[in-house]
Amino acid sequence: MGEVTLSIFRGDSSGGDFVEYKVEVEEGQVVLDVVHTIQATQANDLAVRWNCKAGKCGSCSAEVNGHPRLLCMTRMNLFPEGEPISVAPIKTFPLVKDLVTDVSFNYEVAKEIPAFKARDPESGGGYRLQQMDVERGQEFRKCIECFLCQDVCHVIRDHPDNKEQFYGPRFFVRLAELEMHPLDTVDRTDLIRKAAGIGMCNITKCCTEVCPEDIHITDNAIIPLKERVADEFYDPFRWIFRKLSGK
Amino acid sequence: MSEFETHEYDVLIIGAGGAGLRAAVEASAQGVKTALVCKSLLGKAHTVMAEGGIAAALGNIYEEDNWKVHFRDTMRGGKMLNNWRMAQLHAQEAPDRVYELETWGALFDRTKEGKISQRPFGGHRFDRLAHVGDRTGLEMIRTLQQHAVHKGINVFMETTISKLIKDGDRISGAVGYVRESGDIIVFQAKAVVLATGGIGKAYQITSNSWEYTGDGHSLAYWAGADLIDMEFVQFHPTGMVWPPSVRGILVTEGVRGDGGTLRNSENERFMFNYIPEFFESETADTEEEADRWYEDKVNNRRTPDLLPRDEVARAINAEVKAGRGSPHGGVFLDIATRQPADYIRRRLPSMYHQFKKLADVDITAESMEVGPTCHYVMGGVRVDADTGASTVTGLFAAGECAGGMHGANRLGGNSLSDLLVFGRRAGLSAAQYAQGLSSVPALDEGEVKDVVADMLGHFDRDGSENPYTVQQDLQETMQKLVGIIRQESELKEAIEKITVLKDRAGNTGVEGNRQYNPGWHLAIDLRSLLTVSEATAKAALERKESRGAHTRDDYPKPEEEFEKVNVVIKETPEGEMSVAQEPLPQMPDELQKVFEEAAI
Ligand SMILES: Cc1cc2nc3c(=O)[nH]c(=O)nc-3n(C[C@H](O)[C@H](O)[C@H](O)COP(=O)(O)OP(=O)(O)OC[C@H]3O[C@@H](n4cnc5c(N)ncnc54)[C@H](O)[C@@H]3O)c2cc1C
Ligand code: SF4
Ligand code: SF4
Ligand code: FES
Repeated sequence: MGEVTLSIFRGDSSGGDFVEYKVEVEEGQVVLDVVHTIQATQANDLAVRWNCKAGKCGSCSAEVNGHPRLLCMTRMNLFPEGEPISVAPIKTFPLVKDLVTDVSFNYEVAKEIPAFKARDPESGGGYRLQQMDVERGQEFRKCIECFLCQDVCHVIRDHPDNKEQFYGPRFFVRLAELEMHPLDTVDRTDLIRKAAGIGMCNITKCCTEVCPEDIHITDNAIIPLKERVADEFYDPFRWIFRKLSGK
Repeated sequence: MSEFETHEYDVLIIGAGGAGLRAAVEASAQGVKTALVCKSLLGKAHTVMAEGGIAAALGNIYEEDNWKVHFRDTMRGGKMLNNWRMAQLHAQEAPDRVYELETWGALFDRTKEGKISQRPFGGHRFDRLAHVGDRTGLEMIRTLQQHAVHKGINVFMETTISKLIKDGDRISGAVGYVRESGDIIVFQAKAVVLATGGIGKAYQITSNSWEYTGDGHSLAYWAGADLIDMEFVQFHPTGMVWPPSVRGILVTEGVRGDGGTLRNSENERFMFNYIPEFFESETADTEEEADRWYEDKVNNRRTPDLLPRDEVARAINAEVKAGRGSPHGGVFLDIATRQPADYIRRRLPSMYHQFKKLADVDITAESMEVGPTCHYVMGGVRVDADTGASTVTGLFAAGECAGGMHGANRLGGNSLSDLLVFGRRAGLSAAQYAQGLSSVPALDEGEVKDVVADMLGHFDRDGSENPYTVQQDLQETMQKLVGIIRQESELKEAIEKITVLKDRAGNTGVEGNRQYNPGWHLAIDLRSLLTVSEATAKAALERKESRGAHTRDDYPKPEEEFEKVNVVIKETPEGEMSVAQEPLPQMPDELQKVFEEAAI
């Protein structure tokens, strides 16, 4: 591909700016490779998170030319030749340094969600579950916690104060997973309605569009959760029935 | 001298992969004050990348399977060099640990009867790997993480430990730094559990991430603990080879478990030419039998495509050398002609995605190109099988950084189960040990200050060496001279080069400040990376035979004199690395009988 220009945000909470780096790019490289080349040869202290380099760990989230993406799954040949490519940290979370942000909000929310509690195992140990029953939850459990959905959700991207009352799409996915888990016995409806702030989501679907795991966040997680809390509000018996029958 | 915070805990667990998380859950369940430290964010450890599955003899597909068969497969896969007691406990306890994950929320794939499904893998006689598509590690780490966050364990994310501190002979704490701020952090702890994973970043072509710099191995070694089996580094036969930027990324053995076969440029299923005598009686010698085996494992022998990893990696190496490789220096792995497209997408979704996105290859329509990649280290901290205790009082180890369980070669799937079985045991024993101490061991402040001064020293040096260049040179040395096929002259050359690299690493300068500075982090990581590289090269030089993952060109066969010894690495009081041979613990007669009976 020859030489490209990467314009990377450099700075910390006190401020910063884009810095241009010129680098040789090899066939097949992804943006993360190029960031690593810059780190090894031109800017040893360039901060970036990564682990797996294969879209499995959700560490390397950033905004490339303004689009939220995993750096390790974004091929360089996606971009027109000759134009500089900008790489910036995700915007919804406070900046630590360069491409690294403080995502501790997400770990705090995770703690607030009441733990999974399984019904008793069947005699002889383990559970009998049909593949169909586990597949629904498996879609949600594909989540790699890249937090790109959190990054694009306007409720917290544009209004940081909303983080007090809104868990964000990643945790609607988690709540949906628990709600639809064939073995779980805990009622979290009240939390979903109140603390999680699901009412603030107006189904723009931006979260679904960026999910690298193709989780149908809005259709399969958020909308059913919204329906559930609405139903439940009027009819707690229906919730119990659903939990017990697994429907 | 900078200020630092000191935190006091009963049990400090270093590493938050499967082993560290399971240890933390168990330690905190004993009611001791527990801290968990990791270099990355929680949930991003290597365990998250595991694909194929967790090996446990649940017997859900084949009733004939039980712990005895699993034990036998593990020992044979390890070329009988495994610590027999670890292999026994592992095989016996793995099923309970898998069921436990299910009660904590894991959703495994199911059989038609609704039981946990199990897939075939290399070296396992029956379908044995509990799995979730090809993202089993994600399921495991998320389940453990979500379970652990409600247990009152304090988690210190993005914090790296760089030295353990002792009070006389006992562990008393650890010193490290917080990546985000660059602040120094000190732990005073009664017991420490190492669960830091492997050493794969010592190699150029590797499936391992930046974290795998052998920190736990080195922390233990510097604290005076023994390391064993460091010559055994597993090269996984199937890493991606093209394009260059993805070279080394893993292609799960599940591809072969689900019917994929290896072929050379002549379209030959070449593994039939590489069946070693040791596995002849259990390996199919015709394509017909091999293909029948997928459907009926009781009446057919296993396809040679699923011989243990050391055998397959060497075979691929030999095919490429003989000029029968694929265009980019690997061989072909074909599942496209063997299974329907929707089956492939369902069973191997992340492989499908990975090749499509990173290599423009549709694995449901074309062959993959694959070749060996550094994947796992069998060697590690010498531990007591039942408790995970190292040879230093108060120091425990579990998971990939512990040695002994896998002998000369690990079977696929046996790591995830190892993490659960021995993570739990190490957490439990560390807690019990801590509870038994009447007083908190003292932290030697002078020693702490020395460690801190040493870490910060990188900022004062002139910066004549770039840490990234030193790391690249080390990786090249290890890849070329301490790789899959080894010989004396090359190993000696490697050891000399490592000595030079150590000097260069001592002279690395750092740009910028202490805040989230990867150059500085690497400069510190280089010390452990060089330590484990030296240990691997020296142990490899000591073992003058070929066995399991250790292949010597100059000693191409297994030798009797090495059949029952471990190579033990230890730091002498003068700070030199000593290498010794010590007798391998011998299996008691009753177990020997079990072993033989399981063959029938
Ligand atoms: C791509 C891939 C696929 C795999 N697939 C399988 C599979 O299907 N089945 C199977 O059984 N095995 C598989 N393995 C192997 C298995 O995943 C690993 O061996 C296992 O996950 C290691 O777990 P662990 O708990 O020992 O360490 P890890 O999960 O690697 O965790 C190590 C932890 O230690 C921390 N740490 C390290 N150094 C320090 C330090 N100095 N200070 C503080 N913290 C530190 C790290 O941050 C991390 O949290 C696979 C491996 C890879 C790379
Ligand atoms: S659909 Fe809801 S949660 Fe998703 S981005 Fe839009 S507002 Fe946010
Ligand atoms: S739901 Fe998707 S976008 Fe959101 S954190 Fe999980 S994987 Fe990332
Ligand atoms: S590095 Fe793991 S998702 Fe990009």
